[in-house]
Amino acid sequence: MSQLLLDVNSLTMRFGGLVAVNSVNLAVRNRQIVSVIGPNGAGKTTVFNCLSGFYPPSDGSVLFKGEQIAGLKDFRISRKGLVRTFQHVRLFSTMTVIENMLVAQHRHLNTNIVAGLFKNASYRRLEQEAMDRAAFWLEQVDMLAFANREAGNLSYGQQRRLEIARCMVTQPELLLLDEPAAGLNPNETKQLDELIVRLRDEHEISVLLIEHDMSLVMGISDHIYVIAQGTPLADGTPDEIKQNPDVIKAYLGEE
Amino acid sequence: MMRQNFYTAFFAAGITLILTCLMVGVKLTSEGTELRVVGATAAQWTWIFGGIAIVFLSQLFRDQISAASAGIPRPNLGKLLPAVSVQARLKPWLIAAVIVGLIVWPFMVSRGAVDLATLTLIYVMLGLGLNIVVGLAGLLDLGYVAFYAIGAYTYALLSSYFGLSFWVCLPISALLAATFGFVLGFPVLRLRGDYLAIVTLGFGEIIRILLNNWTGLTGGPNGISGIDKPTLFGLEFNRRASDGATTFHEFMGIDYSSSYKVIFLYLIAVLLVIWVLFVINRLMRMPIGRAWEALREDEIACRSLGLNRTVIKLSAFTFGASTAGFAGCFFAARQGFISPESFVFIESAIILAIVVLGGMGSQFGVILAAIVMTILPEFAREFSEYRMLLFGLLMVLMMRWRPQGLLPSKRPHMELKR
Ligand SMILES: Nc1ncnc2c1ncn2[C@@H]1O[C@H](COP(=O)(O)OP(=O)(O)OP(=O)(O)O)[C@@H](O)[C@H]1O
Ligand SMILES: [Mg+2]
Repeated sequence: MSQLLLDVNSLTMRFGGLVAVNSVNLAVRNRQIVSVIGPNGAGKTTVFNCLSGFYPPSDGSVLFKGEQIAGLKDFRISRKGLVRTFQHVRLFSTMTVIENMLVAQHRHLNTNIVAGLFKNASYRRLEQEAMDRAAFWLEQVDMLAFANREAGNLSYGQQRRLEIARCMVTQPELLLLDEPAAGLNPNETKQLDELIVRLRDEHEISVLLIEHDMSLVMGISDHIYVIAQGTPLADGTPDEIKQNPDVIKAYLGEE
Repeated sequence: MMRQNFYTAFFAAGITLILTCLMVGVKLTSEGTELRVVGATAAQWTWIFGGIAIVFLSQLFRDQISAASAGIPRPNLGKLLPAVSVQARLKPWLIAAVIVGLIVWPFMVSRGAVDLATLTLIYVMLGLGLNIVVGLAGLLDLGYVAFYAIGAYTYALLSSYFGLSFWVCLPISALLAATFGFVLGFPVLRLRGDYLAIVTLGFGEIIRILLNNWTGLTGGPNGISGIDKPTLFGLEFNRRASDGATTFHEFMGIDYSSSYKVIFLYLIAVLLVIWVLFVINRLMRMPIGRAWEALREDEIACRSLGLNRTVIKLSAFTFGASTAGFAGCFFAARQGFISPESFVFIESAIILAIVVLGGMGSQFGVILAAIVMTILPEFAREFSEYRMLLFGLLMVLMMRWRPQGLLPSKRPHMELKR
């Protein structure tokens, strides 16, 4: 049995009187793809915001690699190896693809001013390493050919892929993807499916995924959590979830 | 349509009438101990009514005018420059030629021109420094002049109390201004844009008032005079050397000329500007420079990627401040006299105007704008009363036709080569 990478217990988030997330538990193990599904407004993105430090959770504990990270600042959590994407693409759109990749590696680069002014050896070596890492991940998401393009001019699917590559270049252990397939065509969705599986199998990272595309979720998830109106509804393997009457009711009953 | 225009035209003309009557039409003059209201002269009234007529007509026929002006091709400064690949090849030569030109030029023109050029270079430095804060990092700083003042007073005080030389004080001034920037920025940079603008505005005033009132140290409104001029490896540029020192003309065995000093100051300014340009150019290609831009573009994405926004903003703020300190130190040395009056809010406004006019983030644009902003007022001496008016007009025209600035920023992009 592999060790728990992320262990979330009774996570709660209140906005004034509104309880957006109510006692949610999640567990992600090493090299697992875990999905969070639920109807619109269920509180999935809010869970991500709590995990990644964008909101301080009102209650509950978040253990990442056995360490309490609830309430830590967003950039500190990211540096620990828990990196997220956003429901709406957030690229540095006037910068080139490669520059987007370099900004993500800010803390791996030599930020010493004097070293940078005179481009000393250690500065150049770190910059070269960052370039190589960027090129590697661009290759992985099939974007190497666009390295010197301005990010804002890419197609939507390419921007999505760049966003994932930009996260990966920070060398995370857990990747949080918020609806990565939204707005992609079937072909691009298939590529995304393969990419996520490759992240787990070849690059040995774990993925926590929010997605509305059920065939994608059912196809790649090791475990699925269902949230409805902020409250956990069910969890289990894809097959268990497919059979679960509560889930079927929550999804079909509303439509 | 026409009727609609008639109303707006009438309204605009009315406002113009009220404003010009108040600002130009009547004047307070003191006669003995009494104040008297004096009306404008006939010639001035002609101008006022002429202006009102122009406003009225241009509003009335504005559809026709904008249709006609749409036909006029807009100058595209960007197109005047050669293509990027040619630029890259020519760049080192171009830079060398410009530097040589800058060095040779003062020997061929009048003293006044060189002096003006030196002033322009100070504004270039200030513009470049503020450009880091406003243009690159996107932080609106309305009290930039405070750091300029800190740099200037640092040199003035260290020189008059401890007799430290210009070259020693130059880095100290920059460092001290940077420290102030750091200390101010630490609590303030958590604020959102508009609040930041207000706090920095306040800071600028606080520094000025402090300098004004701390009479014991700074001499208050009287300022500090007799500040030492920079020396060339200990050689002075005065007619007679102070005790123990040698003058430049004695050392060189040439006759004394006051223009040596002016040219020497100018050359120092050139040197400082080149240094500032070098540093900023490197910074823009360094991780920190990219982080500034990234933060301006999308702060949330930056945070999610592990960038500490406070540290990054603080570094931009501190760098900007240190450049102002640098410029301030030189300013004090050039003037030989400084007082709080040199560091009023309007200076901040002018520097900000240089950045906006130049095209936020664009260094070449900022240099061009600094030249425009310092040289135009000299040519328009007769209009000095209307300087602010012209200034406003320039800004309005810019916002109308070139909101992106004279030369919008073209950042050096990092390339993946393989
Ligand atoms: N900052 C906030 N302040 C107040 N309410 C919020 C805030 N953020 C989210 N909410 C509320 O929390 C609830 C859950 O929103 P959330 O965005 O997490 O849903 P979601 O599951 O991601 O939905 P979708 O599938 O549409 O993306 C919504 O009712 C939303 O209005
Ligand atoms: Mg959502």
